[in-house]
Amino acid sequence: MRTALIVLRKDLRVELRTLETVPAMVLLAVVTFVIFHFGLNRATIDGQLAAGVLTATLLFAAVLGINRLFVAEREQGGFDAFLLAPVDRSAMLLAKAAALFLFLSALEVIAVPAFALFLLGPPLGPALPGLILVLALANLGLSVIGTLLAAIAVQTRARDLIGPVISLPLLIPALIATARATGPLLTVHTSGSPPGRWLAILGLYDLVFALLAYAVFDFLLED
Amino acid sequence: METEPPAIECRGLARYFGERTALREVTLKVPAGASLAVLGRNGAGKSTLLRILASLLRPHAGEVLIFGEPLPRRAWAVRARLGLLGHEPLLYRELTGRENLDYHARLHRVPAERVTEVLAAVDMDRRAEDPVRLLSRGMVQRLAIARAVLHRPQLLLLDEPRANLDPGASELVEPLIGRAAGVTRVLTSHDPRAALAEADLVLALKSGRPVFAGEPTAFDDRRLAELYA
Repeated sequence: MRTALIVLRKDLRVELRTLETVPAMVLLAVVTFVIFHFGLNRATIDGQLAAGVLTATLLFAAVLGINRLFVAEREQGGFDAFLLAPVDRSAMLLAKAAALFLFLSALEVIAVPAFALFLLGPPLGPALPGLILVLALANLGLSVIGTLLAAIAVQTRARDLIGPVISLPLLIPALIATARATGPLLTVHTSGSPPGRWLAILGLYDLVFALLAYAVFDFLLED
Repeated sequence: METEPPAIECRGLARYFGERTALREVTLKVPAGASLAVLGRNGAGKSTLLRILASLLRPHAGEVLIFGEPLPRRAWAVRARLGLLGHEPLLYRELTGRENLDYHARLHRVPAERVTEVLAAVDMDRRAEDPVRLLSRGMVQRLAIARAVLHRPQLLLLDEPRANLDPGASELVEPLIGRAAGVTRVLTSHDPRAALAEADLVLALKSGRPVFAGEPTAFDDRRLAELYA
């Protein structure tokens, strides 16, 4: 945990100094909402359609973050520096997943109100507590899988292409569960609580991939 | 009485990249405290050998023991005792020199005062708060040297350690990475005569294969000319 915090602190410092990842994710999300606004030719949307638009947009923005997660490590020797230190390799997984989780949360702090402004019909307020819970679970899954796949993609020459190509299919179950859990929240007469079944599926998905990532991550870092 | 194992012992070491042979049949023994100069033309396998010794690459055949510990199986047991200065400085460009060294110090559980100490030793204390991307190549190399010796390693793996350093800076880093450091060293250099002058042992590689292993006195000008021909 100590090593993970050291790496996370360094990652956040690099991001705050460069502002390369989160602003790009936010920009993509906002532009996508605008595109949907005109593409759907509707002033407002709600229910499952709204949930689908929000989830798909966040997913595409997440792919940008996933693609950039290990760039500094690869290009500036961060992998070698980390591997030369007498530390547990899994700390890198934990740190990178935590960084991605924070990047996604920062994205959503801006993107969700922007979505409400550009597209959402019903008021956001009643849905917000439930939406935060769903998005937190979704972020967890995206972070773990994103970190695992970014670590694979960054070892390849065509990493910018490989990242989205392998991450998007694997993230489809998370997309479905997130959209289905979010749909009932984005209606006029929402109860404010997401369907437990889809939350459970999302939680199970997170757990399975967290265990898988923990099991294989060390092998991805080593030669 | 227990005898101290050699700092480095390789037996029949080989490494391939796809179909290309980067190293083969490398056998050597470096006693603790000795300096080994690895010579050879570009692409001879010098950097590959250093990366294997640093536990960053796995050998495909043969055995490697560092301080008696076999790699890669027991790499974790020797990593704290290794310092690698490679072609890449292993520094983040957006962070300052001090932030980079602080990061490495925390990973190696080195006290923060040691960062100030090594920054002063490479005469980078006045530029320590500048982002690495704003520094000259020579300054970056000095920081990389500070990074490599930060945790007081007992084995220094030095790949062209004086690259980009002017004569003054080269003299400045001598107590850290030169013979005066008093640790086991493996070094490569673009200047083979300078490397020979500070070595106790020489390993000459040609296309990944050793063509000479022994003392520098036996490695005469004719052999040197043949190696680089």
